[in-house]
Amino acid sequence: MPPRKKINIAVTGLNAIDSPGPGVPVIRALKESKAFDVRIIGLAYETLEPGIYMHDLVDKTYQVPLPSAGKASLLARLKYIHSREKIDVIIPNFDAELFNFIKLADTLKKEMNIKSFLPTVEQFEERHKPNLPEFGKKHKIKVPKSKMIFSVSDIPSLSKEFTYPLVVKGKFYDASVAYTPEQVATYFNKISGKWGLPIIIQQFMYGQEVNVTAIGDGRGNCIGAVPMRKQYITDKGKAWSGISIDDKKLLAMTSKLMKSTKWKGGMELEIIKTNKEEYYLIEINPRFPAWVYLAKGCGQNHPEALVRLALGEKVKPWSKYDIGKMFVRYSYDLIVELKEFEKISTLGEL
Amino acid sequence: MKLKRNIAHSDSGFVFDPNTGDSFSTNPIGTEIIKLLKEGKDTEQIKEAIVKVYLVDDATFEKDYYDFITMLSKLKLTEDAAKEKN
Repeated sequence: MPPRKKINIAVTGLNAIDSPGPGVPVIRALKESKAFDVRIIGLAYETLEPGIYMHDLVDKTYQVPLPSAGKASLLARLKYIHSREKIDVIIPNFDAELFNFIKLADTLKKEMNIKSFLPTVEQFEERHKPNLPEFGKKHKIKVPKSKMIFSVSDIPSLSKEFTYPLVVKGKFYDASVAYTPEQVATYFNKISGKWGLPIIIQQFMYGQEVNVTAIGDGRGNCIGAVPMRKQYITDKGKAWSGISIDDKKLLAMTSKLMKSTKWKGGMELEIIKTNKEEYYLIEINPRFPAWVYLAKGCGQNHPEALVRLALGEKVKPWSKYDIGKMFVRYSYDLIVELKEFEKISTLGEL
Repeated sequence: MKLKRNIAHSDSGFVFDPNTGDSFSTNPIGTEIIKLLKEGKDTEQIKEAIVKVYLVDDATFEKDYYDFITMLSKLKLTEDAAKEKN
């Protein structure tokens, strides 16, 4: 076997919490890569993101400015980090930060030779929750009826267009099922207080939720796709355990979408499969999901493929994966010395 | 009545539907019936095989057998149930 190529990869999303970011599973998949010997540079927003303290996975962590600070301050910080770490590839894992990283992708490549493999701004924008109905029409995929609202005064008239229950969603995160207009108002205030406006109202679909983690090469090819059904769901709607399934229609839908959108990078499709075996796309996440390590467990190392694509290598699409493989998530208490917390809190690196 | 071809089952009574990710467990007689169904045996052949080994009369077997088959169909583990869905 040829020696593994040494490479420095910066990864965000180290918040392995109850609503986990994908950083830690992405890192685990990369650490187990047969092609690369990776050194991981963690990029953290908060000082208590658990990945910061997982020294067997994350070699060094730097704090980065919140997405709201804008791309100029992110670029300045990345320049500093690069001067210390010589980053080869960067993998952002949060929806909210992606816009800045996409906008900076060319600059990072030209000025520092930091590679990434991200969707284009157009791809990123068109699959946004508020744009999903148009997206469905354009790519001939069924999506539940939805609309944006900007004020609680829009709520009473919803019953003319929708049938309760409804799903109340934030622009980036959070979704709650509401059975009455009063509940819509409660969730409207709660979610808009956290993520801002608009709030998206989506028709609730009865059926089974199935998800796909996938990666596209940006030229219409689906490099890999693994469908999963959630088996245990937390009160935040997150999968705490799941199982890979054999669903050819779902894979065909994923390939069709990849071909039609020419998607570049990792993505997660969230789909409702009705009792009549109709598939409704309820969300597209423009990055790997927090359960992406299951794909590695099923024989498709999607994060490794993303790095190879970022480096300009040709990647052969996978044709199979293990069916009936499960993941069971767990929580774990890390013991952290105060010195470490002090260092990341005061110096912004650890 | 035919079981869906890709249904996986084991001697421990564990049944797995790879299309949906659903899993079930059956008692030893259920396991035996599923095994016979997978071998393509029809109702008469299954009855013969079960009645030969267990102390059960034809009428009781038939009642319990159809209950079991109905349950398999409801759980969408049979070909006809899969066709109905489409």
